[in-house]
Amino acid sequence: MVPDDRKYTEEHEWVRVEDEDGQQIGTVGVTEFAAGELGDVVFVELPEVGSEYSQKDPAGTIESVKAVADLFLPVSGEVVEINQAVVDNPELVNSDPLEEGWLVKVKLVEPGELDELLDASAYSRLLEG
Amino acid sequence: MSNTELGLTGRWNASLPASIFDQGAPGRRGLTFPRWDGETIEPRLPADVRRAEPADLPDLSEPEIMRHFTRLSSLNHHIERGMYPLGSCTMKFNPRVNEQIAGLPGLADLHPEQDVEDIQGLLAALHLLETSLCEITGFAACSLLPSAGAQGEYLGMLVIREYHRSRDDDERTEVLIPDSAHGTNPASVVMAGLKPRTIASRPDGRIDVEALRKAVGPQTAGIMITNPNTLGLFEENIASIARIVHEAGGRLYMDGANMNAIMGKVRPQDMGFDVVHLNLHKTFSTPHGGGGPGAGPICVTAELEPFLPGPRIVPLGDDAFALERVPGPDDAAIHAFYGNVGVCLRALAYILRCGGDGLTRASECAVLNARYLQTALAEILPVAHAGETMHEFVASGAPWKKEFGVNTLDIAKRLLDYGFHAPTIYFPLIVEEAIMIEPTETESRESLDGFIAAMKAIHAEAVRDPDILRNAPVTTPVGRMDEARAARQPDLARLGPCQCG
Amino acid sequence: MPYVPHGPGDIRAMLEVIGRDDISDLFSHLPDDVKLQRPLDLPAGLSEEEVRRYFLGVAARNHGQGELVSFLGGGVYDCIIPAAVDVLSSRSEFLTAYTPYQPEVSQGTLQAIYEWQSYVCRLTGMPVANASMYDGATALAEALAVAVAARRRDRVILPGTLNPRYARVVRTLLGERGIELATAPAGSDGTTDVEALAGMLDDRTGAVVVTNPNYLGLVEPVARMGEIIKTAGAALVAVVNPVSLSVLMTPAEYGADLVVGEAQPFGMPASWGGPLLGFLACSDAYKRRIPGRIVGRTRDNRDQEGYVLTLQTREQHIRREKATSNICSNQGLNALRATIYLSMLGTEGYRELGEANLVRVTALRRRVARTAGASLPYDGPVFNETVVRLERGTAAGFIRFARGHGVLAGISLDGFPGCGSGDLLVAVTEKRTAGEIAAWGDLLQRYLDDDAQEQP
Repeated sequence: MVPDDRKYTEEHEWVRVEDEDGQQIGTVGVTEFAAGELGDVVFVELPEVGSEYSQKDPAGTIESVKAVADLFLPVSGEVVEINQAVVDNPELVNSDPLEEGWLVKVKLVEPGELDELLDASAYSRLLEG
Repeated sequence: MSNTELGLTGRWNASLPASIFDQGAPGRRGLTFPRWDGETIEPRLPADVRRAEPADLPDLSEPEIMRHFTRLSSLNHHIERGMYPLGSCTMKFNPRVNEQIAGLPGLADLHPEQDVEDIQGLLAALHLLETSLCEITGFAACSLLPSAGAQGEYLGMLVIREYHRSRDDDERTEVLIPDSAHGTNPASVVMAGLKPRTIASRPDGRIDVEALRKAVGPQTAGIMITNPNTLGLFEENIASIARIVHEAGGRLYMDGANMNAIMGKVRPQDMGFDVVHLNLHKTFSTPHGGGGPGAGPICVTAELEPFLPGPRIVPLGDDAFALERVPGPDDAAIHAFYGNVGVCLRALAYILRCGGDGLTRASECAVLNARYLQTALAEILPVAHAGETMHEFVASGAPWKKEFGVNTLDIAKRLLDYGFHAPTIYFPLIVEEAIMIEPTETESRESLDGFIAAMKAIHAEAVRDPDILRNAPVTTPVGRMDEARAARQPDLARLGPCQCG
Repeated sequence: MPYVPHGPGDIRAMLEVIGRDDISDLFSHLPDDVKLQRPLDLPAGLSEEEVRRYFLGVAARNHGQGELVSFLGGGVYDCIIPAAVDVLSSRSEFLTAYTPYQPEVSQGTLQAIYEWQSYVCRLTGMPVANASMYDGATALAEALAVAVAARRRDRVILPGTLNPRYARVVRTLLGERGIELATAPAGSDGTTDVEALAGMLDDRTGAVVVTNPNYLGLVEPVARMGEIIKTAGAALVAVVNPVSLSVLMTPAEYGADLVVGEAQPFGMPASWGGPLLGFLACSDAYKRRIPGRIVGRTRDNRDQEGYVLTLQTREQHIRREKATSNICSNQGLNALRATIYLSMLGTEGYRELGEANLVRVTALRRRVARTAGASLPYDGPVFNETVVRLERGTAAGFIRFARGHGVLAGISLDGFPGCGSGDLLVAVTEKRTAGEIAAWGDLLQRYLDDDAQEQP
């Protein structure tokens, strides 16, 4: 499933931006495809709240039984919230990567970066190709 | 065919014994010590340096200990139970005379701080091993220091790095590695302070010479290649590859994991390599021991010899030996002492027993056995690429996945029910649903025929009822383990009190 | 041909199946310009009996700790090897088994390693241990790499009292990772100068090594070191002799984050320094960062308890160039030997082992105290190794003299910081008798007396 309420990266992450009190907050997660490729997720390492990253920086890791994948932030900004539920129950990344399995929330500093990302149909084309 | 002929072993009559921490009782003991026969001494160790509580260890008698570990042993597959067709591992027979000689007084009981006068026989033997490995590989010098293949890779990278630094070529930091390589390769490069750079291999795992030409330059420290490669194919362009890399100023490293295919047929030095590491626990018959110890000596050209770390065994004539270039405080050392000497002695015993003819014959029959299996299994396990495979071949389980919905893992697990260890699976990464099979030369024709029959039977099962594979293994003491649970809720040690009381 | 079952009939039949005429056809595709055109220049193969004879001859030219009375330590110790250790570890099922990647047919190896991990935890007081490392020296280097990466700092402090062989290996293995190595000096009592160490700690320091006992055999001020290291926010990496943990404070008690050491004395022959048995233990926070194999307990698809290699994604074969290390094999068979040895000891036996070492080193020290011309330069507590200072002659000279009388007297400390040519490191393990210690003392006295002295 590739919902169109968000943008995607070639590394199979998604970001959904909402306006909160005039701030652009991006919720970041991995796609169903990524979760499938990883297999059973066993451990998630997320960045510290308050830390700052640039677009495409590795900010954490997602560990499954067979691989460790870097989490690359699709947008630059400050981490304002992390999903403790996923830290406690890494299986959420497999069962619901698009909603309950969200990973971090980032306060955007460069909203223009969103234009560089893939929209739902471009990402779907990437998966087919 | 009957179950026996097929190799279906029936249910293992073995189950896991209780944890050793739940056995025994206070007051039981296995080992006692010789009594102190001197003056009475009460050692005065201040209370503030002592541990607060004694270590809580289980107390068992020797008969209980013998039973516990014997019961554990019955849960293992091992070479004397059945073949390990593990590609890239060379699980050949482990000769027991090797064990006998390594345990001899005068060999096993030598302390590394003893004077060279006390170890002249040992130095002679290790020197003989070095020269034998040099003859097998064509090189000028050998170091027995690396404790494992991965350490050999690391040392090989260090030597190449030091060579370039000695020529003020500090910009040469890139090591090219084909994407078909073993995982230790890039890791070893990084540990040596160099930068791995992947070059795409062709679909048959061989190096794309044009891509190589474009990839080399003044930044090239060298290239790491396995030959035959991880698909069991000989890199026929090796002379050109060597020329390209040498002309660009780089040096060639050979991962010797696949030496078992070429002993007495072709030598790494003659192919143009500058350094090779050997796996004594693969090619040279030393036992795997459930995961070590191994040894990964390297052999190098005369040009690279000065960069081998000390100490070096030097013959003085009249069968006398010295140790030179013993590392000082500021010198490099990859091992506290001299490497896994006990493993080296076992490998020497194997080489002496085989002689040049025996080693050559070993490679010939290793290739013969692999080709025999490949031919007999071609219909059900086709090899995806063309070429003369050598001591191992890589098939793809992708057709099984498509036709029956079973993957390579399922095939591997069902083989366990037939008394074989599984082949190497999901490696190399460039083949989908990879199955890498290497029988080695110590498997008889009957053993190979048994493997062929088992694979055909498993194929028939996949046709008939794929769940048989998906549920396998069913005859082993335990079934498939919940690996996700093991990683999510790690239980890595039995802490807490031992047996009651 | 040894170990190759094929007779001419087998080869003929197999070639027919492959569709080739001769074995040489299988190699004809090798390019002529690289093919070896002559047989290997190695002696003809020997029979098994001749191989045995060769090695008996080799062994006869050596003189080991079975023939000579050994007071050698420095990281490898003369230990008792119970028969059960040799017999059980030489069973095919353990000796020839592969790495336990297929757990369903490897529960023997896996449970044994889990028990080894559990023993290491109990000895060190730490909650997590891995399946083993090559040796204590490389284990130390690996633990330091983990510690600085976790703390995201780039400086490590080593004690000047660390085994110099270990220091060399650490410098070599960490040298290319951009980590600065500093050395904390020892005080006049032979142990780490805690004030000096405190002055060296800064916010770049990711890890500090504590070695207990130290290379000179002395117990270090571990409690005070633990306090200041913790305050500085650096990791405490302890390198310890696991035999000494029978009596000495555990690293967990002085705040260690990672613990490594050399477990060779638990039933491994000295074997001229290899193969050995490194161990690595850590606090819970590090369990996903440590290298090497690790066994976990879990359940199978029949709801039975079982064991499996876990947390493997840290290892090289998945992370490749991002792996924390390139370690692939461990020391499986040696870890098994140590596990069997420790089960032969039990709680009482382990305690007795520690006391046996203490008694014997005390006996030797008392003898030195009564020997004119020799002294004990350090007063602090020791476990089983101690420094003896010769006021006349040299340590090297005494070693040569004693060797002429069938005794390996010790290791010369000439060149070690704070030591001179008269200083000797002497180990006294549970294998030494009162008579042997007395004889050592007699030889020392004879050497020091003029008529026994040779040119140093």
